[in-house]
Amino acid sequence: MAEKLLEIRDLHAGVEGKEILKGLNLLVNKGEVHVILGPNGSGKSTLMNVIMGHPKYTVTSEEMQFAGEDMKELKTFERARRGLFLSFQTPEEIPGITVENMIRTARQTITGQKVKILPFRKELKATMQELKMKPEYAQRYMNVGFSGGEKKRNEILQLLMLQPKLALLDETDSGLDVDAVQIVSEGVARFHNEENSCLIITHNTRILEKLKVDRVHVLMDGRIVEEGGAELIDEINRRGFTHILDAQNAAK
Amino acid sequence: MAEKKKTYVEDIERTLYDIRNEDHSAYKSRSGLTEEVVRDISRRKKDPEWMLEFRLKSLEVYHSLALPTWGPDLSELNMDDIVTYVQPDARMTGNWKEVPEDIKDTFDRLGIPEAEKTSLGGVGAQYDSEVVYHSIQEDMVRQGVIYTDMESALREHEDLVREYFMTLVPPKDHKFAALHGAVWSGGSFVYVPAGVQVEMPLQSYFRLNAAGAGQFEHTLIIVEPGASLHFIEGCSAPKYNVTNLHAGCVELFVKEGARLRYSTIENWSRNMMNLNTKRALVEKDGIIEWVSGSFGSHISCLYPCSILHGENARCEFTGVTFASKGQHLDTGASVIHAAPHTSANINTRTISKSGGKATYRSAVKVTRRADHAKCSVNCESLMLDNLSRSDTLPVMDIEGDEADIGHEARIGRISDEAIFYLTSRGIDEEEARAMIVRGFVEPIAKELPLEYALEMNNLVNIELEGTMG
Repeated sequence: MAEKLLEIRDLHAGVEGKEILKGLNLLVNKGEVHVILGPNGSGKSTLMNVIMGHPKYTVTSEEMQFAGEDMKELKTFERARRGLFLSFQTPEEIPGITVENMIRTARQTITGQKVKILPFRKELKATMQELKMKPEYAQRYMNVGFSGGEKKRNEILQLLMLQPKLALLDETDSGLDVDAVQIVSEGVARFHNEENSCLIITHNTRILEKLKVDRVHVLMDGRIVEEGGAELIDEINRRGFTHILDAQNAAK
Repeated sequence: MAEKKKTYVEDIERTLYDIRNEDHSAYKSRSGLTEEVVRDISRRKKDPEWMLEFRLKSLEVYHSLALPTWGPDLSELNMDDIVTYVQPDARMTGNWKEVPEDIKDTFDRLGIPEAEKTSLGGVGAQYDSEVVYHSIQEDMVRQGVIYTDMESALREHEDLVREYFMTLVPPKDHKFAALHGAVWSGGSFVYVPAGVQVEMPLQSYFRLNAAGAGQFEHTLIIVEPGASLHFIEGCSAPKYNVTNLHAGCVELFVKEGARLRYSTIENWSRNMMNLNTKRALVEKDGIIEWVSGSFGSHISCLYPCSILHGENARCEFTGVTFASKGQHLDTGASVIHAAPHTSANINTRTISKSGGKATYRSAVKVTRRADHAKCSVNCESLMLDNLSRSDTLPVMDIEGDEADIGHEARIGRISDEAIFYLTSRGIDEEEARAMIVRGFVEPIAKELPLEYALEMNNLVNIELEGTMG
């Protein structure tokens, strides 16, 4: 029997009085990879931010559970400490905080345990090497002066170092060249195992090549309008989103 | 993880600084400033005749000048209420054991003798108007380094003092320079002979204990050709309900190929008017490095000035200012490029919170003789709430040819997105804010002497604890 990790029922969320998510349902089980497809402006990034608890959004929902716990009252940092991780579409630049310091502080707060500097450094260096990041980036300030590709790699570096239960990947592959997409997808593939799950927003199927996709959801105008297996990705790539809307309208 | 306690701290923790000792000074001059008072100070200090004349002339200048019409409002300063000269009941000594107990306790609490044992080449401690303790390592004395209080310097090295004293900051410069010239007392004198590298920093600490007093210490540093020195100055005072005034004067002479690093942290109490004048004259190939932290005081006006007088002379200025409730800190720097190929780097951070007001003010002048001058100014301000205020007032006056001048200013608040990013990594909101603020001042903090960097770090933590809704 599959173990539920994230369950969302009838989620409504908006910002500044404008509703963006209009009754969304989603279930992600432990060990699964889910993909969310949808046209621009359909609410994909909002969904990621709302799951992570961004205070900017007003949220009403029938149910929002993570690992068997009600998430509604939890703040962003509490969600992170319970095993949620968001890889940002545009990661923030934070001057004065080095990559190493950031990740070590994060691991310390998430695990609640002191992280020893030397073994941590070794692990960080090895992981950076896998992501083809130059070791000196450990001492650079978070994302300051990083290229788009370097910022995304830095997100995957944090993913690998923090080992969350659920990785929310918001267009981690967008704006990257072929080689960078390759590196990032390898990183995600290395992260994923039967103990954790991924929820991926993408416009690009390359990031999925190394993963076994369990479920695909099509998000349009704040609702999931279509669901299926990995084959749905090919269909949408061939025929576009309007085709789904047309089919639905016809059914009505 | 244990939840952090939520106490609201309006102000930085000052308990350590606010312990005031009973005032049992040997002598206090009468409030207000008259010729009589100045003559009296001079007589007690056993000034040579020329110094008495200098004081009296300065007093005349003081009366002839008006308060500056720019900058923070100084109208609440009433000179008649300020006691200009307070002599502590102790004689200058080179032996820590001989310093009276309560004065010794004060400096012990501030960690002064401890630092001397571990990392300093010499220490001076001034209590109210007089220096009560001074020491310097033997081998430096052998190399001809002089580090002493200004009074001793005036007795033992009168010619040197007379040659340099207030030539860089003349009394007619502004009203408070004139005031300083008339009533100055205490301070440090450092002389580093040509070619001598002083490896360990020298540190002076100024402590103002008496209520309603003024501190007018004079710092005179001469670094001869090819020599180098790191000088550290720290200042503090306990809090009283009356206005205290600090109008110190710092004159730094950096000769050909010499290097001077001058670090100072001013953490005055919130009743202090800090009107300090600091200036450096840098000759050919010389380097002046300023590291300046302004945390305390009610009002501060502080703009260390570097006159790049010889070819290739250089200035590095690094400053941080933290203004909280009831404070207006008007700080910055000024540089005068007066020779070809001179260069300057000004890098500052200011933080304001709880209604504090921080103004960054700078003046860069490139004279006609200074072709190929290079100057870059980077000033950033962070406001931690909507009550606080930050202003940036850079002035540039370029007459030299082929000048390369850059200016970058940023004023901002902590962005919600940056907080969200950090909290999404498991860091709670308060710590996220503190990390961002620490990150903001990091380029400056790493330039500070270690104990001051730690002090600033604590200050940021305490300032921010509990500021979240």
